[in-house]
Amino acid sequence: MEPINIIEGEVSFLDRSDVDTDQIIPKQFLKRVERTGFGEFLFYDWIRDGEIVLHPHPILVSGHNFGSGSSREHAVWALHQFGFKAVIAPSYSDIFYSNCTKNGFLPVVLESDECQAIAAAGECRIDLENQVVTGEAKAPSRSTVRSNAACWADLTTSP
Amino acid sequence: MTKPKTMFEKIWEAHEVREELIYIDLHLVHEVTSPQAFEGLRMTGRKLRRPDKTVATADHNVPTDGTPTANLIKDQLSRKQVETLEENAAEFGVPVYSLGSDTQGIVHVIGPELGLTQPGNTIVCGDSHTSTHGAFGALAFGIGTSEVEHVMATQTLVQRRPKTMRINYTGKLSPSVTSKDLILATIGRLGTGGMTGYVVEYAGEAIRELTMEQRLTVCNMTIEGGGRAGMIAPDEVTYEYMRGKPGVPEDFDAAVEQWKQLPTDEGATFDYEIDIDASAVSPMVTWGTTPGMVIEVTDRVPDPADLPTAGERESAERALQYMGLEAGTPMEDVKPERVFIGSCTNSRISDLREAAGAIKGRKVADTIRAMVVPGSALVKAQAEEEGLDQLFEEAGFEWRGAGCSMCLGMNPDTLFEGERCASTSNRNFEGRQGKGGRTHLVSPTMATAAAIEGHFVDIRNWS
Ligand code: SF4
Repeated sequence: MEPINIIEGEVSFLDRSDVDTDQIIPKQFLKRVERTGFGEFLFYDWIRDGEIVLHPHPILVSGHNFGSGSSREHAVWALHQFGFKAVIAPSYSDIFYSNCTKNGFLPVVLESDECQAIAAAGECRIDLENQVVTGEAKAPSRSTVRSNAACWADLTTSP
Repeated sequence: MTKPKTMFEKIWEAHEVREELIYIDLHLVHEVTSPQAFEGLRMTGRKLRRPDKTVATADHNVPTDGTPTANLIKDQLSRKQVETLEENAAEFGVPVYSLGSDTQGIVHVIGPELGLTQPGNTIVCGDSHTSTHGAFGALAFGIGTSEVEHVMATQTLVQRRPKTMRINYTGKLSPSVTSKDLILATIGRLGTGGMTGYVVEYAGEAIRELTMEQRLTVCNMTIEGGGRAGMIAPDEVTYEYMRGKPGVPEDFDAAVEQWKQLPTDEGATFDYEIDIDASAVSPMVTWGTTPGMVIEVTDRVPDPADLPTAGERESAERALQYMGLEAGTPMEDVKPERVFIGSCTNSRISDLREAAGAIKGRKVADTIRAMVVPGSALVKAQAEEEGLDQLFEEAGFEWRGAGCSMCLGMNPDTLFEGERCASTSNRNFEGRQGKGGRTHLVSPTMATAAAIEGHFVDIRNWS
């Protein structure tokens, strides 16, 4: 596992609440007995049906209760293998949150309006050690946001 | 005098090896979330620490058409997953109830019925509905595959101490209103994230009056409200249910004396408490794509425009579109094409007795394909001994073999695109029962009534 210090770059925005793990990685892809090969199936139905477009930027921003539902760690593997290094949302399901921390995939908690501002900024920098997220405004119309994040990476507990 | 404690605190403190590291009494394993964990053990040359506290079963992938053994499963990937479970179990010395075993079944059905689920225990499984087992006064919750591997290797788990919530149900449930309706109404009220971060104790008169299997239904759906675990204090109902089951302690009466110490002490405090009037709960039906999108069967499909925030309006609009429903439609006018009675929420013998008892010689509507899937091979055998299979089949229900079946469609039982289903399962997420499938969560008797009438009905006025 890669140690995490700074994660920065463009953000992808999935402006929905209650994004459940059945959507993140649909059940037909849970039959693999390996930990790899899930990235290409991320949000399979939503992407294939043209419901959403998602770029593999380093950071994903989404809504409340992200990762609800099934305990499948495959959801974290899929997000990570797709290219995301961190996710920012106002809240997560407990099991999903803990699965993130076992895989060096950083779940960041920010208020809803801060998530929106980061998404509007289009880019951001997460400083794990100092627990600060900064959204840099690139285009003049984009806003700048700086916020204290609650993020917790438990990188020491693999058995 | 010692400080009064909640049931959660007593169990947590009895299992804390050191701060935020807890000992696990029972580890349940199924084929979907375990292969990578076994592989992890192999790669690091570790043994499984307590095979005697680990039990495996095949449930998610198994066909329900009577396929007798794993090597005959037609779907190649499913076959591989079930065979891998059997091989891993053999290699690491774990008892496994796979296809063909007379104790095979859904992991959350077999734990209680084999007497493995016991009060005061810590129980984990790589499955979010592990919350089910809390109905016995256990601390039971779902974990991810990395944690499965950690428990396999060490029989312990790193856990942040959760907060505690108590839901006090006042009053009694009305006739024909079930524990499924109670928990759906609770999630409707608190929201799908309303219990996040909490271990929830369900208490009050309405809970005390539930049978053990009805209590399992309540705890099962805790995770749909985001709860870490659900719990119900053990009492005579619990002990009577357990007595004589194969896995229970030899000196059962001595164990009962111990278990009697578990319930929350008078005066113990919770981080959050709420009262809910159980007598006001009606038969419930979900209309959307989360279990929190739920209304009384006599209500109309809500209008997104009436919702308070833009986010909620948008979610509701998307849900209605997915579900193919118009705002304002009376729920009783909604017509499913499929009915599924099964899943770890409602596939135990009492669920099947209730569903079969509601048939009363009538037939499934000819617009509907209905199936009944017992939760375990033991439930199936018991139901057949009682002749329930005949009641179902005479009415036009399909009678299947044990497994998760159409709860999640990782096996051949799935909805077709656009099909609408009255389901006794626990999740109505998009595509859960098959891509494009539309799920309405209901109780077993509501599902039976919908199968017979061809649309949802208020079972309180249905004879
Ligand atoms: S019946 Fe459904 S919810 Fe229960 S364990 Fe199986 S797939 Fe999960």
